[in-house]
Amino acid sequence: MRQVAIYGKGGIGKSTTTQNLNAGLGEMGKKIMIVGCDPKADSTRLILGGLAQDTVLDTLREEGDDIDLDQVLKEGAFHIRCVESGGPEPGVGCAGRGIITSITLLERLGAYTPDLDYVFYDVLGDVVCGGFAMPIREGKAQEIYIVCSGEMMALYAANNISKGIRKYASTGGVRLGGLICNSRNVDGEAELVSAVAKELGTQMIHFVPRDNMVQRAEINKKTVIQFEPNCEQANEYRTLAKKIDGNDMFVIPTPLTQDRLENLLMEHGLVA
Amino acid sequence: MDFKSAVLGRYNARIYKSRKDHIVEVKDGVEQKIAANTRAVPGIMTNRGCCYAGCKGVVVGPLKDTCVITHGPIGCGFYSWGTRRNKARPDSDGNNYIQYCFSTDMQEADIVFGGEKKLKRAIDEVMAIFKPKRIMICSTCPVGLIGDDIHAVASQVEKDYGVTCVAFSCEGYKGVSQSAGHHIANNGLMKKIIGTDDSGTITGHTVNLLGEYNIGGDGWETERLLRKIGYNVVAVFTGDGSVADIARSHRADINLVQCHRSINYVAEMMKTAFGTNWLKVNFIGLKAIAKSLRDLAVFFGDSQLVERTEMVIAEEVAAVEPEMTALKARLNGRKAAIFVGGSRSHHYQELLLDYGVETVLAGYEFGHRDDYEGREVIPDIKEDADSKNIENLVVEPDRRYRAFLSPERFQELKETIGLEEYAGLIRAMGDGSWVVDDLNHFETEEMIKVLKPDVFFSGIKDKFVVQKAGVLCRQLHSYDYSGPYAGYSGALNFGRDLTMGLFAPAWKMIDPPWREATHA
Repeated sequence: MRQVAIYGKGGIGKSTTTQNLNAGLGEMGKKIMIVGCDPKADSTRLILGGLAQDTVLDTLREEGDDIDLDQVLKEGAFHIRCVESGGPEPGVGCAGRGIITSITLLERLGAYTPDLDYVFYDVLGDVVCGGFAMPIREGKAQEIYIVCSGEMMALYAANNISKGIRKYASTGGVRLGGLICNSRNVDGEAELVSAVAKELGTQMIHFVPRDNMVQRAEINKKTVIQFEPNCEQANEYRTLAKKIDGNDMFVIPTPLTQDRLENLLMEHGLVA
Repeated sequence: MDFKSAVLGRYNARIYKSRKDHIVEVKDGVEQKIAANTRAVPGIMTNRGCCYAGCKGVVVGPLKDTCVITHGPIGCGFYSWGTRRNKARPDSDGNNYIQYCFSTDMQEADIVFGGEKKLKRAIDEVMAIFKPKRIMICSTCPVGLIGDDIHAVASQVEKDYGVTCVAFSCEGYKGVSQSAGHHIANNGLMKKIIGTDDSGTITGHTVNLLGEYNIGGDGWETERLLRKIGYNVVAVFTGDGSVADIARSHRADINLVQCHRSINYVAEMMKTAFGTNWLKVNFIGLKAIAKSLRDLAVFFGDSQLVERTEMVIAEEVAAVEPEMTALKARLNGRKAAIFVGGSRSHHYQELLLDYGVETVLAGYEFGHRDDYEGREVIPDIKEDADSKNIENLVVEPDRRYRAFLSPERFQELKETIGLEEYAGLIRAMGDGSWVVDDLNHFETEEMIKVLKPDVFFSGIKDKFVVQKAGVLCRQLHSYDYSGPYAGYSGALNFGRDLTMGLFAPAWKMIDPPWREATHA
């Protein structure tokens, strides 16, 4: 079982990319579970065809401790099992603690069955506190992909997340598998992201071009592969899936200094 | 080898550096400096408690007309329930809530989703069952981490029910010891309660008793004495105390400060806001009591009061003297060590001297430098990151400000009776004795070996370690279910308990028969 965590700047397209990529893996016959680690609970919307699910934490709150796995785990497209951790409304309580509680509970409920090929954790935004690092703690995800674009703040976040990964990599087994560029159509984007990836000691595992098809599929609550199986974008996600399935480059990242990161941006003509 | 070398010699360089300034040998005529109110070294087995313990456990817990709700997991509430032995009689409405423990019992889901609603529900429940006029909320650690806005809940409760509701952000991790909690509690009382009731009339020579928590009935004995002389005790902070009384406390002529550490903030703020003078007193030990009562009579400058004071002192002394003299004959020449929280380590030395017992070591868990060296060092105390983290409430003179003394008379009394002065612990101790701040368990064991006290006054955390070493240990936080020890009858109780402990046949049985005897 490969456990994979997806991180990246807020709004960069983590959930969209994860689900489309999982559709690709699902199509290949892989058995997958997606664990959404975002209080908004929208990490499995495309696979499930809508927000059709009770979150682990809501169920825990309402049912007490008497929870069955089938209350919180739903199967969607390509038999992908979907779980949403959920969490408090914004500004209240502790979402980080929620993720820890939720993953612990999933383990106790036996969600991690041996027949799974992949468990994907879709984690919100930055690693702001210990709770959001839960998916990469010892015995959880061993590999991480950071979704980014050629925009400065996205790369800045990727670099920051790499710092968190390095911290956990030094004590545990977690490694960075690469950057996924979710294109925003900025100039020299692929080159820039590749250059940052190289400095981090990793790779840009795939460049996902910007395509309105993604948007159309999302409105229809579907992944691109389900919505328009024969379009070019569907093939991009299939390629990404194959690359991840065959990936053997796992590194402890070497984060850049702020100056070095800004220099790279200058070299590639972004900061004029 | 002396005590300090014996202890420090066993520490590594880092701990040596941290501890060396906390251990001071008293030398006659030499002004000593001590390090205090700093972070304990991790792993050192300190005896300190937490900020919540200082706020809920010490200062607001004893208030009998208030439902004090612990917002947090159940342990904090449970273990601060009834453990201080602060006694209270029902108030004039027949209420007494101190035997109850109110807690929101936060669970995992409350941490994740926030606990404000649960807190509000808990208060609704308390209102429905007990209908108190006052509610206090004390925060525990997780509340600070998840950011529950307990102050907003308190305002809502005041709106909904028309009661007084005070919230204290006294999360356990704040500050370096209980001391931070005392300060936070003091600020809350000043902001929300003191000076809120101007109704009715208060007559006579009026006093408040500050820093008296009525452990084992100490406050009752002290109050009895004050009333016997003719004083009108307006409010006690906070043993057998009530919010109703504290709301009127700004109308008293003087604040008598028993425990300096836990309540000096209120004394100072009331001086600034209402002009209330304060006097450091000590009702533990015959000489100390007499001095406190005489100083107080001088403050009021009423000859009848002076006369009545002498009469009461004579009468009270006569009642206990014969038995105390007999006890002294058995206790005289013994050595004691004292390690308590903030002020008792000083107060009890006076009582021990009444019995001819000398103190060879004393220290505070959470005292500040002024408690050791005297208040004149306060301007020199450097604020560190930990103390800056605690709100420093700045008050302004209130419209009801009233100076009881003329400036000349104030200055005169400052010099003659030490009005608004406190000289600290070190000056009260004999040449060659030791003062140790934040004494830890290792140092306690070394102290027992090197200084060989006959009795160690401390608490439950080290009592049995010390007694297994063959030395009597009396709990000075809780009085081992005994007391009161304050006042004249208290002094006698103390002498009886000490004699009983020291002469218990148990000490002859410490050494097993197959070992050479180490205890006579």
